[in-house]
Amino acid sequence: MQFGIMSVSDVTRNPITGETPSEAERIQAAIAIAKKTEEVGLDVFAVGEHHNPPFFSSSPTTLLAAIAAQTERIVLTTSTTLITTNDPVRIAEEYAMLQHVSGGRMDLMLGRGNTAPVYPWFGKDIRQGLPLALESYNLLHRLWREDVVDWEGKFRTALQGFTSTPRPLDDVPPFVWHGSIRTPEIAEQAAYYGNGFFHNHIFWPTDHAVRLVNFYRERFEHYGHGTKKQAIVGLGGQVHIGKTTQAAFEEFRPYFNEAPVYGHGPTLEQFSSSTPLAVGSVQQVIDKILTFHDSFGDYQRQLFLQDHAGLPLEIVLEQIELLGTEVIPVVRKEIESRRDPESADAPTHESLVNAKYGDEAPRQPRPAANRGDNVTGGSPYIDIAAGDE
Amino acid sequence: MTDTNQLPEDNVYNLVVVNAGTSNPSSTAMLAEKTRDCLAQTALEEGAELRVSVIELRDLRPEIGNGLVSGLTSPELEKANETIAKADGVIAATPVFKAEASALFSGFFQLLDRDALIGTPVILEATAGTARHALVVDGSMRSQFAYLRALVVPTSLFAASEDWNDPALTRRIRRASRELWLLMKSRFTRELRSKNWEGYQHDYGSANSGDDIDLNTDLMKLATGGSAI
Repeated sequence: MQFGIMSVSDVTRNPITGETPSEAERIQAAIAIAKKTEEVGLDVFAVGEHHNPPFFSSSPTTLLAAIAAQTERIVLTTSTTLITTNDPVRIAEEYAMLQHVSGGRMDLMLGRGNTAPVYPWFGKDIRQGLPLALESYNLLHRLWREDVVDWEGKFRTALQGFTSTPRPLDDVPPFVWHGSIRTPEIAEQAAYYGNGFFHNHIFWPTDHAVRLVNFYRERFEHYGHGTKKQAIVGLGGQVHIGKTTQAAFEEFRPYFNEAPVYGHGPTLEQFSSSTPLAVGSVQQVIDKILTFHDSFGDYQRQLFLQDHAGLPLEIVLEQIELLGTEVIPVVRKEIESRRDPESADAPTHESLVNAKYGDEAPRQPRPAANRGDNVTGGSPYIDIAAGDE
Repeated sequence: MTDTNQLPEDNVYNLVVVNAGTSNPSSTAMLAEKTRDCLAQTALEEGAELRVSVIELRDLRPEIGNGLVSGLTSPELEKANETIAKADGVIAATPVFKAEASALFSGFFQLLDRDALIGTPVILEATAGTARHALVVDGSMRSQFAYLRALVVPTSLFAASEDWNDPALTRRIRRASRELWLLMKSRFTRELRSKNWEGYQHDYGSANSGDDIDLNTDLMKLATGGSAI
């Protein structure tokens, strides 16, 4: 089971000081947060993708590459990468590059995005959002698995003899999570390909989330990737931890009240009782996270939204520290004791390499002498097993 | 409404009264109650049992406000959704403000599960201080219920202050409640949903759609490696 931090990359005014951090400060803060995530023993750092203020993350792979260079162990991922407005060819190229530079310490989550004006900025039509997402992933899937792709579709120009470079590290594509809160087609696509399914879980009644996750599990089994219990499920969540319940509420309330996604609506009390938002003492937060396991069964990845709503960096780092040192160790132990032996581990590059090659050396594609084009058929690569050259 | 525990389940009908009245006593609540009583009387005469649930929108005002700005579905609204989804008939009543149904009323139905009222017979009712608001029911409320694919009965009920002295109001109440009763009694909703449910567009996970997911759509084919062309 992996635990991690996900950032939506908002640049929000601190409601207490009245100051808004600069984009420069927030970008450096994101790197500090990711390093802290590793330092306290968590497993994953994820960043979203946005193309408008007040968000800074328009280029997740650049940011994640910088973080990869400054960390050693954590998995870097997205929450989410826009499979609608990005060209799937660019996604294939950029994330394969990230996979190489991070030494396989990455995966990615795909989503459609919820900012309507983004679509026309990138020449797309939001009314076609779902078919666009589905078709684009179908192409992405092939670009990472076939050296030479001939393709035609509805939403992008056709490809003739196209090779996406670099080929994935060890010729093992990055693991993909499909993120959705209420679209069975996305869950179906995740299941069809044997990929992961991530439910944001925040804002949405748990029984709705459970229904969609169960649908994904059933279809995962239907397509022969394993049993329902072996399907790969991820969930979002958010915590704010204090020495006492009251301290947690008091510290978090001013930020919650002003947060673009929460503020001016339900009270913090209502929100923390009817959604996965966990505010309270260490023990209360532990108990709440364990209720996710009660509802969803064994799952592979739990991400927490921590740095948002204008929370200053020092509070965010403190929260991650508490999460990593006091909350998650207890949660891990408890979940491990309940764990069904049939359930799967979270996929990593190592586990995927192992599944594909066993004891064999992984394929390392090397381009053949330059032919000037890829159109003449066959793979443009010479296959030499590592160590044979 | 009636103590008829011996009746088979087939003779039981769920009526939901949605009331957006605010004051106490409320003329809106009064109009809804009169309609309910008239309907109960008719049902009783035909040996049927009416089970009435009342949804007081005044009690849901924070949830409606929060839902409209944050999209958060509260347990109270979820429960209202479920109740309405199981209704055989609905009486929906609101006061009129500035030539529109109360925002509490329209906001509640804006948040309601889009599929909850498919084929459900509904009496629309409004009260107002002046007869100048008489067309609100048929001019604006009816269109919202058309969107929800509800079956609004032909007779709408509107009562301005002066109508409470007019026996014509009682006659209209009787007319509307009989219209509703005949539709309830015919089990129109049940038949429609069992025979033509897939004929309507649905939201996944909606109150009436259950766990049905159509795996044979073009989008599902695209999800499983198909082509969008």
